[in-house]
Amino acid sequence: MAGTWIVVEQRDGNIRKVSYEMISEAKKIGDEVVAVVFGKGVEGQAAEYAKYGADKVCVVEDDVFANYNTGAFVAQMVAMIKEYSPNAVLFAHTFNGRDFASRLAQKLEQGLATDAIAIQLSAGKGIFTRSIYAGKALAKVEVTGSPVLATVRPGVCEVVPGAAAGAVFKPAIAATAADVYQTVKSFVPTVSARPELTEAAVVVSGGRGCKGPDGIKIVEQLADLLGAALGGSRASIDSGWLGHELQVGQTGKVVNPNLYVACGISGAIQHLAGMSSSKYIAAVNTDTEAPIFNVSDFGVVGDLFKVVPMLVDNLKK
Amino acid sequence: MKVLVCVKQTFDTEAKIEIKDGKIADAGINLIINPYDEVAVEGGIQLKEKGVATEVVVLAAGSDKAMDAIRTALAMGADRGILVKQDTAADEFARAVVLAAAIKAENPDLVLAGHVAADDGSSQVPTRIAEILGLPHINVITSIEIAGGKATCSSEADGGTQVTEVSMPAVISSQVSWNEPRYPSMKGIMQAKKKPVATVDAVAADSKVKIVDLSLPAAKQAGIKIDDDPDVAAAKLSEWMLNTVKVEIKK
Ligand SMILES: Cc1cc2nc3c(=O)[nH]c(=O)nc-3n(C[C@H](O)[C@H](O)[C@H](O)COP(=O)(O)OP(=O)(O)OC[C@H]3O[C@@H](n4cnc5c(N)ncnc54)[C@H](O)[C@@H]3O)c2cc1C
Ligand SMILES: Nc1ncnc2c1ncn2[C@@H]1O[C@H](COP(=O)(O)O)[C@@H](O)[C@H]1O
Repeated sequence: MAGTWIVVEQRDGNIRKVSYEMISEAKKIGDEVVAVVFGKGVEGQAAEYAKYGADKVCVVEDDVFANYNTGAFVAQMVAMIKEYSPNAVLFAHTFNGRDFASRLAQKLEQGLATDAIAIQLSAGKGIFTRSIYAGKALAKVEVTGSPVLATVRPGVCEVVPGAAAGAVFKPAIAATAADVYQTVKSFVPTVSARPELTEAAVVVSGGRGCKGPDGIKIVEQLADLLGAALGGSRASIDSGWLGHELQVGQTGKVVNPNLYVACGISGAIQHLAGMSSSKYIAAVNTDTEAPIFNVSDFGVVGDLFKVVPMLVDNLKK
Repeated sequence: MKVLVCVKQTFDTEAKIEIKDGKIADAGINLIINPYDEVAVEGGIQLKEKGVATEVVVLAAGSDKAMDAIRTALAMGADRGILVKQDTAADEFARAVVLAAAIKAENPDLVLAGHVAADDGSSQVPTRIAEILGLPHINVITSIEIAGGKATCSSEADGGTQVTEVSMPAVISSQVSWNEPRYPSMKGIMQAKKKPVATVDAVAADSKVKIVDLSLPAAKQAGIKIDDDPDVAAAKLSEWMLNTVKVEIKK
């Protein structure tokens, strides 16, 4: 069997959106799409992947796969590649996906394109577009190998519903608990009713112009009305108004939402690096010269403490 | 305990990128230590100050220019440096092979690195080094605790905080929020000049990935800009969000 394998990601049964994005994208390429799900008690998810175009679902179920661990996952993947010879294996560019893909690539002594924003695949070869220098340049890289390996940036591929057969198959389990060489002591999910930054369709961010927690509250009201993720500039994170995981930019998260709203953010080059590829950008800033306006589709020169609450009222109408 | 820190020299984050003769032009660009690696250097120095580490060695693969990155780390407080001469165009595989060979020769108890380089943004090299050396790896860390031959770290994972324990030796990669790197003092800069730096040749390693095209992204055009009374501006922005962007309102 050849085909394009998509290593989907789930935690405690919650499937990450990027999994569907990758399946839909792979479906466009035309080869058979196989969703590969590792876990325990995950067979029931197969129908979900089929909804977005997975022709087959490879269910890798065992106690040792309950949570991601490098040794067992890589050992199992190596065995499956040997058995089924996929043409390409794509991972999500996430905390676990990066680890999995980089380890596997090194084990196979192959190249790997990480954080791809566009994918072209042919037999034994992939051309991937990568955003380098924090989005200031684009590189197309050629990766060869069997399989071709890459990680895909969340939020760049469109989710396209389309039914496929989704036949389930279960490979032989080769990995064992002896392969595990790190111990996850705890995983504490960030408690938030809001979507995650890298998955959200709308991101509303606050910067130094928020002046403190009260200003951030105003920005949060807008975020919640739009069902948006909350983000911030380094200034608001360094001031302690927001947690570091919410920083957008070169040394924070790169986001690709449909709409990005920058409130009280000047638009430093390191901030732009994290959000300038958003489809629409709006900004509210008192300084008409603020660089954020150079990349904004809709800019309001004004005081966020006045404009944002009024915007909330208007949107509610 | 010996700590080795991998530092990559990168463009200043303010640098304007231009393409010349099919390459990223580097003339006149200010070079810095990758911001994540600066945090890793600081982390190593703090381990020494706490009496956990006895020596902090910095390792860079690159051109002669990378000597500046090493000297900066030495001025911060690292003890000695190693520069492996390698073409800066080497890919992640080739860099990992070369760095791993240099690390093996040093046999450190702990390898620190940044979790991503600000230039190529690939996030592969430390993981590949760990695989080559058969070591565990903890990524994107924001804290570290070392006791009884084990390292326990908090990491910024997707959607939460993960605490991971590994046996040492191990490779551990930093997130910027781990610490606040110090500025080298005048005294540190003077001392750095006297600290030993070994220059070695890279082991043979061929790149696997080929760059076939480089381009600059289309510049984003500025759109509408409203400088009016807040109520007028808010009404127009609201209209734009609803009609052009077509946002959904959660009531
Ligand atoms: C190596 C490195 C990495 C970095 N990485 C990042 C990164 O990942 N992300 C990041 O964001 N930054 C990063 N930075 C920092 C960056 O250079 C800027 O310092 C930072 O983005 C500034 O944040 P800010 O726009 O909130 O603050 P400022 O630049 O101080 O801007 C505040 C803005 O608020 C406006 N304002 C003030 N009052 C109001 C009001 N009442 N209503 C509306 N507007 C108002 C002001 O006009 C101003 O434009 C990095 C820097 C370095 C050196
Ligand atoms: N040429 C290099 N010399 C030293 N360290 C490097 C080099 N390339 C990568 N690294 C290390 O690997 C980390 C991640 O780099 P990358 O995989 O290129 O994103 C960096 O933060 C460095 O710590």
